[in-house]
Amino acid sequence: MSRARLMDRVATMVLWLAGLVIITLLAAFLIRILGPGLPVLSWKFLTTKPYSVTAGGGIGPELFNTFYITGLSLLFSLPIGIGAGVYMAEYAKPGRATNLIRLSVEALASVPSIVLGLFGMILFVNALGWSFSILGGALTLALLNLPVLVRNTEEAMRAVPGTYREGSLALGATRWQTVSKAVFPTALPSVLTGVTLVAGRAIGETAILIYTAGVTVSRRFPDFRPFSAGETLATRIWYVKSEALVPDADAIAAGTGALLLILVLIFNLGLTLPIYWYQRRRMGK
Amino acid sequence: MTEHSRITAVDLDLYYGTFRALRSISLDILEHRVTALIGPSGCGKSSFLRCLNRMNDLVPTARVVGKVLLDGLDIYDSSIDVVLLRKRIGMVFQRPNPFPMSIYDNVAYGPRIHGERRKTVLDEVVESSLRGAALWDEVKDRLGKSALGLSGGQQQRLCIARSLAVKPELLLMDEPASALDPISTAKVEDLIRELRETYTIVIVTHNMQQAARISDYTAFFLSGEVVEYGPTGSMFTNPKDQRTEDYITGRFG
Repeated sequence: MSRARLMDRVATMVLWLAGLVIITLLAAFLIRILGPGLPVLSWKFLTTKPYSVTAGGGIGPELFNTFYITGLSLLFSLPIGIGAGVYMAEYAKPGRATNLIRLSVEALASVPSIVLGLFGMILFVNALGWSFSILGGALTLALLNLPVLVRNTEEAMRAVPGTYREGSLALGATRWQTVSKAVFPTALPSVLTGVTLVAGRAIGETAILIYTAGVTVSRRFPDFRPFSAGETLATRIWYVKSEALVPDADAIAAGTGALLLILVLIFNLGLTLPIYWYQRRRMGK
Repeated sequence: MTEHSRITAVDLDLYYGTFRALRSISLDILEHRVTALIGPSGCGKSSFLRCLNRMNDLVPTARVVGKVLLDGLDIYDSSIDVVLLRKRIGMVFQRPNPFPMSIYDNVAYGPRIHGERRKTVLDEVVESSLRGAALWDEVKDRLGKSALGLSGGQQQRLCIARSLAVKPELLLMDEPASALDPISTAKVEDLIRELRETYTIVIVTHNMQQAARISDYTAFFLSGEVVEYGPTGSMFTNPKDQRTEDYITGRFG
């Protein structure tokens, strides 16, 4: 066999192996988490409050808080992030101001999440006096996700061919009409992929929320006040494995981990499939 | 039958930065006629076309000196509404660019952005525009399907229908058939001949036979200038300028 053919065979095998390794890792990961975790998930577990000392506590409030904080942070970050991304792609003129904005976005994107958490603590918990709160956690999470949303939206908009803009403008559309009716709908699937990414991060973020939303839950359940403390599923795992006194800490952590994984999977599928169908319809298969 | 002028360029210069792409162009486009702009690559014919509906405004370095008169008013005057201008002057591009939406939504895009919401009116406009573009029979059963599923020739006729839907007075076509196969090209050419009854058409083409086939008037562009402009028949059989003759006979370009 010639050398080129040999290399071709070797490369194919190596790359195939890499794929196999990934699948194996994922399978091992799923088995290790879902194995011990799934049996713990019961209706009682999902609806009871956590106990501090005795066994048998649940994660009801934490589940609620996870949705609440994620939803609230998306409410803040989506309009600003997507809006800024559209601005950067369609309206910003090349120049110093635009470069400064881009630099700021990149800088914010590289801040470690725990540092953002500390910032949130200094600002929301201490300076504004909110103490540990759902709102503080949501706002700091929004800070974490903003740069990704801006960058992702800008790239998604730029990927839309210029011919669509030309075609729209040549029909007598204004710039806003062109952006909102021709360009943005075309970029929407990519934008939504970014949103899925960002929401997934928010669901699982721990470091930030430890320092802003805290590790306790309100006595009332469900509690809709945004200023109450908000331990989430992710922070619960951390807390229960590092500080808790309850004897069933390991079981609680396993169950919470399994639930988080399932939530993220459902969320991803729930967004990815409709996006895929929408895309197929627009592009005519 | 007297021929009226529809749009007139008066001493038009176009600069891309410091490069003078168009030099003192004065051209009278006549109503209900097909005017062809021919010339070698880079001669300025497409740039000139884009001046007529101010599409060059989109190019940051482009600068226009001179006037383009539509109904006696300079379209580059600051009081002119560019959006309305582009409604009156439609454009079809070299590569078909249907939006990634259904056929219906593509054609209805124009009327919708100009405020039409009533379904009955939109249905009627979509049908008449698609008929006007000789595409209705081929797509009437699949108006809801994506426009990207059509063939190249069909897509280009869809773009023509889309332009017709806003009921323009002028139609600018930038090499509309150059990306199409010969059969689709023939269909588009037939269409242009029919459209002349209702619209004024300016078409850029690098295909001289096409210009000879479908146009009433031809302007020969060279290095940013109009070398010759006149009735197509006499221009091709009896060109006045040596450069025109050289180009037409294929000695260059």
